[in-house]
Amino acid sequence: MNNHHYDVIVIGGGHNGLVNAAYLAKAGKRVLVLERRHVVGGATITEEIYPGFKYLIGSYLISLLRPEVIQELELMKHGLEIMPLESTFVPLLDGNYLADWPDHDATKHEIARHSKRDAEAYDEYSRTMRRLALALRPLLDMIPPDPSSVTPNDLATMAKVANVFDQLRKDDFYLLARLMTMSAGDFLDEWFECTPLKGTKATSGIIGTFMGPRTPGTGYVLLHHYLGDVDGVFRAWGLARGGTGALSQAIASAARQAGAEILVNSPVAHVIVKDSVAVGVALENGDEYFADIIVSNADAKRTFLKLVEPQHLPSEFLHDVKRFRITSPACKVNLALDGLPKFTSLPKGKEALLRGSIEIAPSIDYLERAYDDAKYGGWSRKPFMDALIPSMLDPAMAPPGKHIMSLFVEYASSDLEGGWNEEKKAEFLDVVIDTLAEYAPNLKNIILHKHIMTPWDLENTFGLTSGHIFHGEFALQQLFFLRPSPQWSNYRTPVSNLYMCGSSTHPGGCITGAPGRNAAMAILEDCK
Amino acid sequence: MLKTSPFHSRTAPLMQANQWRRWAGYNVASSYEMTHDREYLALRNATALIDVSPLCKYKITGQDALAFLNRLVTRDVSKCSIGGMLYTPWCNSQGKIIDDGTIAHLSENTYRLTSAEPNLRWLEDSASGLRVHIEDVSEELGSLALQGPKSRELLMTLTDAPLGSLKYYGYLNTTIADVPVMISRTGYTGDLGYEIWVSADKSSTERVWDAITTAGKSFALQPAGIWALDVARIEAGLIMLDVDYTPANKAMADLQTSTPLELGLNWAISWNKGNFIGRKALLAEKQQGSSISLVGLELDHAEFERQHHQLGLPVPYPFTAWRSVIPLYVNGEQVGYTTSGTWSPTLKKYIILGHVKPQHAVLGSVVTIDLELDRYRRPFNAKVSKLPFFNPARKKDTL
Repeated sequence: MNNHHYDVIVIGGGHNGLVNAAYLAKAGKRVLVLERRHVVGGATITEEIYPGFKYLIGSYLISLLRPEVIQELELMKHGLEIMPLESTFVPLLDGNYLADWPDHDATKHEIARHSKRDAEAYDEYSRTMRRLALALRPLLDMIPPDPSSVTPNDLATMAKVANVFDQLRKDDFYLLARLMTMSAGDFLDEWFECTPLKGTKATSGIIGTFMGPRTPGTGYVLLHHYLGDVDGVFRAWGLARGGTGALSQAIASAARQAGAEILVNSPVAHVIVKDSVAVGVALENGDEYFADIIVSNADAKRTFLKLVEPQHLPSEFLHDVKRFRITSPACKVNLALDGLPKFTSLPKGKEALLRGSIEIAPSIDYLERAYDDAKYGGWSRKPFMDALIPSMLDPAMAPPGKHIMSLFVEYASSDLEGGWNEEKKAEFLDVVIDTLAEYAPNLKNIILHKHIMTPWDLENTFGLTSGHIFHGEFALQQLFFLRPSPQWSNYRTPVSNLYMCGSSTHPGGCITGAPGRNAAMAILEDCK
Repeated sequence: MLKTSPFHSRTAPLMQANQWRRWAGYNVASSYEMTHDREYLALRNATALIDVSPLCKYKITGQDALAFLNRLVTRDVSKCSIGGMLYTPWCNSQGKIIDDGTIAHLSENTYRLTSAEPNLRWLEDSASGLRVHIEDVSEELGSLALQGPKSRELLMTLTDAPLGSLKYYGYLNTTIADVPVMISRTGYTGDLGYEIWVSADKSSTERVWDAITTAGKSFALQPAGIWALDVARIEAGLIMLDVDYTPANKAMADLQTSTPLELGLNWAISWNKGNFIGRKALLAEKQQGSSISLVGLELDHAEFERQHHQLGLPVPYPFTAWRSVIPLYVNGEQVGYTTSGTWSPTLKKYIILGHVKPQHAVLGSVVTIDLELDRYRRPFNAKVSKLPFFNPARKKDTL
């Protein structure tokens, strides 16, 4: 057992680790994936915590998954099915609501009820975001260049980056420069006047980030969430049949078919480094595995502050990793329901809206207040929620007639004053349910079981430092060639033969598969 | 759900083939009958009634209304006196066309602008600093196009207003069946015809519709849908938004945009009226020359027929206008593309709207177009010809 030698060992079987393993195995490498839990997928997972109900305890929707990853790993052949969410429903407490339907005219009529001007602006806004997204998407698949370097590789990539910006219309380029540096809220104020429309659009700017909609930099986060597509439909988000765990299983199946070995229940204790070269890993149970190349799917802090001993790392790099901003505000709630929640503001005949996203985001001010509450180590008294009833699209997620509801909730600080414990979890879960029940009064009567993943649980369960779903904040100073550290944004690390393939690297979090794939490209480049 | 036009209670019972289509968020008829043949023929030989209510309409008032419109559009609106209308495109500051429509001068400092797409936001943005009020009245007005050689005679049975002397692009206010209406000598068919503007309330629209259709029995009036209109507007050489050009604010890339000069609308640009949005860019284009020009093309139909016969096939006539981009070649090199085409039953010609490089835009130039011959694609010649293809004297005559 102890003398096994592989070409590559991937630490962590999250979706990016699996993607990385699949690509390297396909390239002929002998690959071993070591996963600490009993199941692969990391936070991309479906778990039946309450019998008969499949909970999405981590990630819940797919959009940014690179089409290349789907095609090249033939994920559909391995069981992946993606069902697009068609609508967004924003219930309001005054009895009104806002809806975004899949149809252009239908959406326009909905928005025109609130503001005719916004109904028109919305068209132009969507087209503008689509053009920006279309132009920027190639950046997702790039190994970030070092702009200070003049090596042929970096220069060639910089030329590609320049080309990306060259593709943009002039007015779009200026707009992009502004969007990148401003807050989502200020940006939306320039487009719209309707309060709930701005509220729901601003949510893309704060999902997963510990920033408020008025924090500069959330403009980029907003755009990031527009970079995805489902079958070429930009900004579309989809539910994997069987939940996001089904996606992880599909990638794992592709990896196995390509020859990768996957070991679960195998937590890695540390990376074995000899003479500044990574040569293997030691498990918590003492087993050791050796390989020419070690890839870490764990976040940068976990990798370099826990798995690698500090004497192997340059002080400057350690400093970068330590200051990497990773405080997280995101929680995940799952509810097993005896029936459907009845939203007071949902008009008769529009029940189809329950098949899409349901957003508790009535205004930018509401979101900003939610952030204010959490900023100093607290939680929102009225949290923002991105809800979804997956069983409406995939009936197998719950027993017949029953439903599950998945709620992405912000903000509750990972640095909670006094620390998280079971009582505080229960308390915040009540805040979430009380808030939602204001919009759907029957909610409390139909809850069969409730479950919350706070940042504390996300850290304990998945090993995400601070429970940060993006492995580190999506702040401008932590993106592209600065992610996670300048000079080490190209998936390589100061330790020879040690690589990163998780969301602490470009292009960051969400289910993209891009860090895993890009890292595989970097590794294969070095193997030439 | 799509909205229904203010005339829906009258048009819906006429629908025989469930051929509804979408227009600006409304349901309108493609054709009421199984085919649009009779609807088209009525349009050119008798009279046809078309519901054009989905047009966007904006009321512009205030002491700077004229200054605003002259800043917005390419034509000189000061030339439009009360009782008159004009057609005009409008552009962004790069001179790229955003939309085209008509402006009616309703009264002192009051105008009405129509457009194909909603423009409220652009209008408001362009009005900043000016003392104007812009109101979206799209849903307050129903509009019917009564087009064709018998349209005047028909309307004269319904009103004593001096329709005989009403000039092309003039309008007058009168009543039909006691309902106040505005009748303008405008349309999208290049023929004698009128547009009737009426309050969108059901009782007004139904009474006006009923009066026209009842009187229409003596004039072979035929309610017509968009398919008939589409053939007529190509014959008239009139461009259509989203078909013959992409509005600049909808374009994904610059290559999709067009300018009025490229679309043959030089006549609709008033260079000497002072500054307007896009003037600088258009002036530069005028001096340097456009890179592409709208042309009318006539297919070499004899050859099209001959080749079909050679294969033992009947000749297919495209009675329904097509809206396709088909490349146009000269000596194997692409020199342009098409955007619309149709068989013209009136002219007995296969006519096409194309966009070609200026050196090929001169009358009589020949370009090649690949068309399908059953299961093959074959090159055919098409000759640049004068626009409009069809331009009867009755379009502008007065009694």
